[in-house]
Amino acid sequence: MSLNPRPRPPLSEAALSSPLETSERQPIEATPAAATPSGVALGASRRLLPENWDRYLVRIGALLVAALCWHLASTYGFDFFVRFDNVPGPLVVGAEFLAQASSQQFYLHILHSIQRIAIAYGLAVVIGVVLGVMMGRSRFAEDVILPYIEILRPIPAVAWIPLAILMMPTEQSSIVFITFLGALFPIVINTVHGVEQTPKVLVRAARSLGASNAAILWHVVLPGALPSIVTGLAIGMGVAWFSLLAGEIISGQYGIGYFTWSAYTLVEYPKIIIGMLVIGGLGSLCTLLVRKACAPLLRWQTEGAKS
Amino acid sequence: MMTISRLNRAAVIDHPRSFRPRSASGKGRISARDIDLVFATANGPHRAVEAASLEIQPGEFVSLLGPSGCGKSTLMNCVAGFVKPTRGEVLLDGQAVVKPGPDRGMVFQQHSLFPWKTVKQNVAFGPLMAGVGAREADSVARTFLSLVGLSRYASAYPTTLSGGMQQRVGIARALANYPSVLLMDEPFGALDAQTRSMMQENLLEIWSEFKNTVLFVTHDIDEAVFLSDRIVVMSASPGRIIADIPVRLARPRTQELLTTPEFMAIKRECLALIREQTLHAFEQQNQAG
Repeated sequence: MSLNPRPRPPLSEAALSSPLETSERQPIEATPAAATPSGVALGASRRLLPENWDRYLVRIGALLVAALCWHLASTYGFDFFVRFDNVPGPLVVGAEFLAQASSQQFYLHILHSIQRIAIAYGLAVVIGVVLGVMMGRSRFAEDVILPYIEILRPIPAVAWIPLAILMMPTEQSSIVFITFLGALFPIVINTVHGVEQTPKVLVRAARSLGASNAAILWHVVLPGALPSIVTGLAIGMGVAWFSLLAGEIISGQYGIGYFTWSAYTLVEYPKIIIGMLVIGGLGSLCTLLVRKACAPLLRWQTEGAKS
Repeated sequence: MMTISRLNRAAVIDHPRSFRPRSASGKGRISARDIDLVFATANGPHRAVEAASLEIQPGEFVSLLGPSGCGKSTLMNCVAGFVKPTRGEVLLDGQAVVKPGPDRGMVFQQHSLFPWKTVKQNVAFGPLMAGVGAREADSVARTFLSLVGLSRYASAYPTTLSGGMQQRVGIARALANYPSVLLMDEPFGALDAQTRSMMQENLLEIWSEFKNTVLFVTHDIDEAVFLSDRIVVMSASPGRIIADIPVRLARPRTQELLTTPEFMAIKRECLALIREQTLHAFEQQNQAG
């Protein structure tokens, strides 16, 4: 049951990693029951194979086709506007990957990146949700904070690099700062959106049951905003990786972004592709983890959709 | 129906000890005095309620009847404390109403349960807010869920229930605070006819246990006559109170009542008033358009 395919394939999480976080405002929390007739879902859950295994087969097949095209293009030196003669083929990359996977250095790079993500993302979640709730609940707070968000949000992570280096005491902190900024905005914006969607009738119901403002925030506003907040958290995680890479490419000694960029300057082409694939894999894995971690909090939504 | 009712009786007697009914002591007198309510709209001020005065005795079941858009819900929202009247005031047992409170339980038309709380958590919410502690709130919730016959669904989420069941949870939730007044804003308006008449009988059974004041907003004449001690008829824009019709039909009431001549007589009286008001409203709309 843990590998429920949504109507959108998991690959589309990569698309969410783009900085255009506002494009996905509604939570796409479609459940397996919404995607398939419930009878089918019930029967399939008792089988050993994950449900919709045929769809997974198609997805794996799609990836294999791409790998095959890549192999042919690099073997035969495809050269029509896009050149493949300098691109190592999948077999070369695979061999290099096995070599890297047995070196400690490689894991050190990954560990450094994950550590930066953890710090930056943790800060972004706390600050983003707090700011978002404040903006959603108070017009004054929104008027104070919104101009900053609107001006700073379109600035790409790369553009922050010089200022981050000038302002932050250490290289590590400037990379974390850039990563934090990337994750912050989608979280803030989706939180505001979720909080502002609170149904008025529920607030009235809570008030007439004797709830204080604090109780309404905790029992009504936050749970109601949660689907939207979770969407923000998932998008924020994608953008965090996106921004981390920008930070690591320019500065740093460790990190998967540094690994990728130094491979380019050292003309170790297979390592470039390994770095890219690791980034893609870790990015979507982290996004998936965020969604899975939040799923128990949204159980009421999925239960409701089943009926 | 009868078996459920007997079960209910057993459940109601077993009130949790530290959380006693407040309604039994002759509380729940509502007096609305000279209420005016004016909304600002894009087309200028809109007079939703005009010079509405209303006295409701403790334990009385009063329906506010009128064509849709006549301001009956708005008037109820004044009593609930959601809306502040432009002029006039609402008193509950002599105290001016300034904000919503647990002494006035509210049942809404639909979609008013917290979808992220289970049925039991919804019902326990009021007691919890009253500060009775989690265990006590839980036992109050159990009591009231059995009162409305939904004990089996305690751990279900509201969206998995039918509309009628959701409204029963809504009633249980409002009653769990032992309010002296129950305010019901077209609570059965979104239900199908069969469910609605079941719910009406059910409500009267529950009410006979509590005997608190009920103010019931509806545009359904049958419903108003069947349930009420008194029907207050409102006119359409501006919303004025144009009639106050006593309903002297014996209780307990069952669906057979709907075909008796006494019922018909009161219904006919209401029908004439409502028809006149609806025609009046149509004319106004035509002039405006």
